[in-house]
Amino acid sequence: MSSRCRELALVVLVAGCALVRPAHPARELRVCADPNNLPFSNRHGDGFENRIAELVARDLHATVRYTWWAQRRGFIRNTLKARLCDVVIGVPSGFELALTTAPYYRSTYVFVTRADRLVDVRSFDDPRLRTLRVGVHLIGDDFANVPPAHALAARGIVRNVVGFPIYGDYREPNPPARLVDAVAAGTVDVAVVWGPLAGYFAPREPVRLALVPVSPQIDPPFLPFVFDIAMGVRRGEQDRKAELDDVIARRRPEIDAILDRYGVPRVGTLPTGAAS
Amino acid sequence: MIRLFLLVLLGAATAAADAPKAALVPPPQEDGQWTMPAKDFASSRYSGLDQITTQNAKDLRLAWTFSTGVLRGHESAPLVVGSTMFVVTPYPNTLYALDLASPGAPVMWKYSPKPESAAQGVACCDVVNRGPFFADGRVFITTLDDHVAAVDAKTGKELWKTKVGDINLGETMTMAPLVVKGKVLVGNSGGEMGVRGWLTALDAATGKIAWRAYSTGPDADCLIGADFKPFYPQDRGKDLGVSSWPPEAWKIGGGTVWGWISYDPDMDLIYYGTANPGPWNPDQRPGDNKWTSGIFARNPDTGQARWYYQWSPHDLHDYDGVNESILLDLPHDGQTRKVLLHADRNGYVYVLDRVTGEVLSAKPFVPITTSTGVDLKTGLLQYVDEKRTQIGKVTRGSCPASPGGKDWQPSAFSPRTGLVYIPHQNLCEDEEGVEANYIAGTPYVGANVNMYAGPGGMRGIFSAWDPVAGKEVWKTEEFFPVWSGALVTAGDVVFYGTMDGWFKALDARTGNALWKFKTGSGVIGQPVSYRGPDGKQYVAIVDGVGGWAGAIVAGDLDPSDATAALGFVGAMKDLPEHSNKGGTLYVFALP
Repeated sequence: MSSRCRELALVVLVAGCALVRPAHPARELRVCADPNNLPFSNRHGDGFENRIAELVARDLHATVRYTWWAQRRGFIRNTLKARLCDVVIGVPSGFELALTTAPYYRSTYVFVTRADRLVDVRSFDDPRLRTLRVGVHLIGDDFANVPPAHALAARGIVRNVVGFPIYGDYREPNPPARLVDAVAAGTVDVAVVWGPLAGYFAPREPVRLALVPVSPQIDPPFLPFVFDIAMGVRRGEQDRKAELDDVIARRRPEIDAILDRYGVPRVGTLPTGAAS
Repeated sequence: MIRLFLLVLLGAATAAADAPKAALVPPPQEDGQWTMPAKDFASSRYSGLDQITTQNAKDLRLAWTFSTGVLRGHESAPLVVGSTMFVVTPYPNTLYALDLASPGAPVMWKYSPKPESAAQGVACCDVVNRGPFFADGRVFITTLDDHVAAVDAKTGKELWKTKVGDINLGETMTMAPLVVKGKVLVGNSGGEMGVRGWLTALDAATGKIAWRAYSTGPDADCLIGADFKPFYPQDRGKDLGVSSWPPEAWKIGGGTVWGWISYDPDMDLIYYGTANPGPWNPDQRPGDNKWTSGIFARNPDTGQARWYYQWSPHDLHDYDGVNESILLDLPHDGQTRKVLLHADRNGYVYVLDRVTGEVLSAKPFVPITTSTGVDLKTGLLQYVDEKRTQIGKVTRGSCPASPGGKDWQPSAFSPRTGLVYIPHQNLCEDEEGVEANYIAGTPYVGANVNMYAGPGGMRGIFSAWDPVAGKEVWKTEEFFPVWSGALVTAGDVVFYGTMDGWFKALDARTGNALWKFKTGSGVIGQPVSYRGPDGKQYVAIVDGVGGWAGAIVAGDLDPSDATAALGFVGAMKDLPEHSNKGGTLYVFALP
């Protein structure tokens, strides 16, 4: 309570908290977000990260103010580190470029297939992956790609794999969704997609799609398909992190409800105590 | 009118490294101007002016300065045409005309192309621009958001501006245009974004696109037809730009064109390199990945390819092939051959027969562990398999590191000394562990890349190379990579700048230091020399550290994140202690 008081006092430049009426919240939660990347966020506030930002802001008696920037290389540098905003709602736990809060969900890469074609793929060792047309996202930094791309290459599955640049065509809505569209359209037989993307877009396709978490969760020696997602703040801003950790702990059921509403597939249980 | 390429006619008997260069054909007639970044179509970066000599260079003084108003990496060359100097800035790509005939060289006009600000988020490695080009009363520039503009050199009025790419597809433009026979030649950047590379020719009069040659895909898209006669059998066959890739991977295969173009008017051929393949990792794109990391010879009128050679087939190490090619006539095995000389990222100085595309020699100019040499019979680079990057596998001591033995920073050639002056780096890298990262809401992983100084401990070298003997003649070591271009003059003085902010003059024959000047920011630009309206010889350079190597300063990157800027930050952690941001033109002259 006292830390929030301090912050409010700073924002409104008054001597004490008593002068601030909660009915007129002066505090802003400054969020860095992509304006065109559902289900995470968009400019209209339709994404689950938009909803979570609103939830956090409500809890802190603040209003959300966004800095929009495509979440590409340089996103953190040009937004969070440039001090244009203070919080990124979704980053991997332990992300090097930011100080991360307690994770608030854990998701997995999933196999996405057309349910009517009954292609029930569960593992990268499924021999059918050698002949089916397989779609994955492509990143394109040197030697950096999505874990499924590495896993397929390590098994020599290459010629039947189709790459979809994660950046796509930014003139279109939600460019990464083209990979899920391709499964529905039959352009690829199976796509390996990050869970939140698949969980949101699959039910919106004209045909029914099946989602199966990939296995194993970690491909030896160390290729993870499961990631904990947290919020990110600037390194060194321990107070802000602690405050958000408290909000995440307090609002866990509401956060879960938002994730459910957006169809975010979750696996396992998050580490406990991290938010304390 | 002017002989546009240089001839080095050294008799076989005088081919020794320090033999007198009596057989030199006189260099192109010097008009005192500098109308294109490379000085001439042969890409010599040689000025025939000789007032500044090895004797008097120590007396060089600052004549005047000009702030560009931009604090990002300045890789551009200023141009001088008559009594006007043209300077183009990094994004937002403002073009200035300065009046050299008036005291202090005041701004005559300023042209602002106003590129879209979103282009900054697309550019891979700082928002640089490598220079304007002057031809027929017009100044041509590229903009970061994929436009080419023609501006009236007298008035600064925009004559046309054409959009040739799209930032929404990951394309940006950073290269300097080259204008040949009424065609403005430009290429795209963005190989890391799943971009398909191309070189495009625009009509210099109207800005209309005349032709476009892709670096990947079917022969028809690559302008490969009946005239195409590559020297090596591996480059012959139908649609190799498709069949040397997994299905459809060529559509996003990289091979962008962001470096330098040379032109031989006698052969009527342009020469330019293509960048690395992408965005798949090497083991995900089996095949030679044509026509990436190689060099094309093309007809400038039609764009039709004459020959192609691949420096790094199936590139494993991010060795773009876009570095400059200097056109020389060189003694080789008792004959004079028309050659091009190219110091590649993969660490070799190549001498190619520019008529046929045959490799005459390929000699290492830096320590190399990623390959053992180039087979002169097959033309093939001999890779070392254990230096191949694989996720989860530790690979140590890969030299040269991804930025290569040398990156974009252009060399210079003096017909007087017969030497090539090569600014370059000395970096190796380790890849270990797995780094988790996040983009567009999607977690991904890659090798943790750490770059560091190669053997000897210095990160930069400026060397003089004898192209006849194929060996280094002298070198100076630098603390940081030498990321600036080189200039050599008829006074036998060679100039370059360092990232810690020293602009230096050396004796072109011995490498002895003659003079240096401390600039405000680090130097990664291209020095030029010109004769001012007062008849005096001047030397000009723009400072402003940045680019890929200097992104830690220009982009305010975090020194504790060694893998930022694709691993380059690890090798440049201490740059912020030695250079601030900047953007100032410095002009020097004798008293």
